Amino acid sequence: MTLDVLVIGGGNAALCAALMAREAGCSVTLLESAPREWRGGNSGHTRNLRCMHDAPQDVLVDAYPEEEFWQDLLKVTGGLTNEHLARLVIRHSATCRPWMVKHGVRFQPSLSGALHTARTNAFFMGGGKALVNAYYRSAEKLGVQIHYNAEVDSVELNEGRFVAASVMHKQANGSVRRERIEARTCVLAAGGFESNRDWLREAWGQNERGEYPADQFLIRGTRFNQGVLLKHMLAQGADRIGDPTQAHMVAIDARAPLYDGGICTRIDCVSLGVVVNREARRFYDEGEDFWPKRYAIWGRLVAQQPGQVAYSIIDAKAVGRFMPPVFEGTQADSLPELARKLGLDEATFMQTLNDYNAACREGTFDHTALDDCHTEGVTPAKTHWARPLDTAPFYAYAVRPGVTFTYLGLKTDDTTAVRFNDQPSPNLFVAGEMMAGNVLGKGYTAGVGMTIGTAFGRIAGEQAAKAVQAQKEGAEHANA
Amino acid sequence: MQTLEALTRDARALALGELTAPEAEVARQMQICNGCRYCEGFCAVFPAMTRRLEFGKADIHYMANLCHNCGACLHACQYAPPHDFAINVPKAMAQVRGQTYADYAWPPALGSLYQRNGLTLSVALAFGLALFLALAMLRQGTLWSTPVAGGFYAVFPHNLMVSLFAPIFLFAVLALAMGVMRFWRDVTPATSGAELTSPAAAEAAHAALKLKYLDGGHGEGCHNEDDAWTHARRRYHHLTFYGFMLCFSATSVATLYHYVLGWPAPYDLTTLPKLLGVIGGVSLTVGTAGLWRLNLRRHPDHGDAAQKPMDRGFIALLFLVSVTGLLLWLLGQTAAMPLMLAVHLGAVMALFLTLPYGKSAHGIFRTAALLRFAIEKRQPNRLGLGGE
Repeated sequence: MTLDVLVIGGGNAALCAALMAREAGCSVTLLESAPREWRGGNSGHTRNLRCMHDAPQDVLVDAYPEEEFWQDLLKVTGGLTNEHLARLVIRHSATCRPWMVKHGVRFQPSLSGALHTARTNAFFMGGGKALVNAYYRSAEKLGVQIHYNAEVDSVELNEGRFVAASVMHKQANGSVRRERIEARTCVLAAGGFESNRDWLREAWGQNERGEYPADQFLIRGTRFNQGVLLKHMLAQGADRIGDPTQAHMVAIDARAPLYDGGICTRIDCVSLGVVVNREARRFYDEGEDFWPKRYAIWGRLVAQQPGQVAYSIIDAKAVGRFMPPVFEGTQADSLPELARKLGLDEATFMQTLNDYNAACREGTFDHTALDDCHTEGVTPAKTHWARPLDTAPFYAYAVRPGVTFTYLGLKTDDTTAVRFNDQPSPNLFVAGEMMAGNVLGKGYTAGVGMTIGTAFGRIAGEQAAKAVQAQKEGAEHANA
Repeated sequence: MQTLEALTRDARALALGELTAPEAEVARQMQICNGCRYCEGFCAVFPAMTRRLEFGKADIHYMANLCHNCGACLHACQYAPPHDFAINVPKAMAQVRGQTYADYAWPPALGSLYQRNGLTLSVALAFGLALFLALAMLRQGTLWSTPVAGGFYAVFPHNLMVSLFAPIFLFAVLALAMGVMRFWRDVTPATSGAELTSPAAAEAAHAALKLKYLDGGHGEGCHNEDDAWTHARRRYHHLTFYGFMLCFSATSVATLYHYVLGWPAPYDLTTLPKLLGVIGGVSLTVGTAGLWRLNLRRHPDHGDAAQKPMDRGFIALLFLVSVTGLLLWLLGQTAAMPLMLAVHLGAVMALFLTLPYGKSAHGIFRTAALLRFAIEKRQPNRLGLGGE
């Protein structure tokens, strides 16, 4: 019996594709390169998906209409998106949740400290790992064949048509068993290349200071997204989308682990204080907009600083007003002492802080609104929440760029077909991070990664099932 | 096996109000969890956590007893082992919980009975059985005879049973009350200091009696052997707890009959004491058998493995009490009656003796923690994280 659908990958998009194809009656095998305990790729670190809705829906309040969602996406991507595909994703998000619930996903109201997303984002109860667990349970129950430690490094193609995949089954004793798996159709959902440090280094290159910035990046998610299959597909001539330096990138605690630090390593006090670089100088407006709308640009901002490091500085007034950091900050009773503890040039640091403090024009501080506390006569300005840092103890958190996922991927269309020379493959589909760049050319808005993965994962599964049906009908026709 | 050094450190920490090793582990994990919060919908522990930035001794004791060891946060955790952060909240909480039972035991010297609780229960059971078998032999000269009219009281007179059980039961109630009062005093300042109100009491009672926090937050149950939900733990616990309460009320009603109405035992099947006792006994038997089976199949990462003897000992003892009680009812008219009666009373004696020094403490301390939670959540939150 020839396998109907081979799904390569084991995260949200892969599982959605596998479940949809199985529900349509196909035989499905799913290959996850990670061992069982690390299954699910970056999906295990997620917490919600952004959902369109025209009226309140269980955990979602008010309305978030298609047009508003689209405008939000247009703004964050600066136009680097595909309106047709983006609107497809947005509309899909309005209807996919009952299906998710059917497969065991449960939702909860917006988390404390994330109330701004109560309207736009539906939170998974227990987070992304609970979602991944639910999908695997459902897939096992429905009879999807699941293999862990199964990495695909190449696929056989015949004029844009998928023939077979070459799988390396990594054995417990360290050896590798190779297997060639033929299938009528295949869905690629194996993630971006963010865990591949050599590729990141090559993509970011050397800057004018002679540094390789990517060497200082931390990876917020899985270590298994090495981009092996993505590189292979691009080398085979699949059409590409996106810039390899574009990624979801935030400023995270410099002490975070190299991989899998996830959400808790975020430093959320930027807008409550100032941020200086290694030369003890400020470099961007910390109060430009609400933090949820700005956190995703700070990874890139820090990546552009010398040494790819920066220091978020607050005073005692900020304590208790932001999500508590996972590691203790550097604490000092005076600003000069803080500079010394951080190893920053004390004179420059004091100049920066004194200039900033003197420039603050305090109005009515309100962290929940774009308030009127701002600076005058200092560059860069801080346009909101600007209050002098004058109350001991002072705290500092060193931050580095933390990459969540990369946007370089395979170009696709509304059938999720992989394309070669602008021609869609009849039986090879792509979903998740491997194609998110079609919608996200740059920038990010919370929860949209899971929205893209769910929408295109489900479409890919549906299209694969359709292609299987067409092949079977074609064979019957030939036999008749 | 703890080293002497570790024991000394823990003893010193206790005296100085510093954190013991299990408490420090909870504080470490809570700092990480507080930066994530994905588990907020599961239970009361995480909403309690988000009201805090630091975790002192009293906070930790409070939260450890709020935790029902349902396992939801472990299976959902992106930082669970093999992640370097090694987050396992149910295990860390269980270890502190075990420590609080011993620390708050009254009189304090008997707190050490928690350390080797399997042995404690075994000795209590051996003592109870020996006592009643010997008494029966002394009084009857045999354990195998159909007694004359007077039934059980021919073997053990009513006044003898009351004089043996009443003081032990009253002591158990006193010891548990003394312990939980000290716990309450310690955690009250850390949980807003506010007084108990009736809405808070009603909410806590509801949560305790329905085992709300074994429902997973979505109402579909908690975990036992894997990441799938099940209502089995909740249902078998209900059968056990309510079965026990029915048996207890059967005895209480019988006592009222005896002293107030002057109706001595035995009672017919259609009387209230008998009905309560039989239904309660069956429920307790099924409940404890179910809990035993679930305990054997429980995921190894749930809770504190060192407390398995305490958990299983308690389940087994309750099972023994219920089964011997039912057998006594079935065999009451046969020659086996004196033997069954001695065994049943021995098991009940062991249960009463160990009530303040065994697993039953969990119900008392958890109810206290649920009350403090219901009080605290009604107070304004001191933290203003609204903007992030």
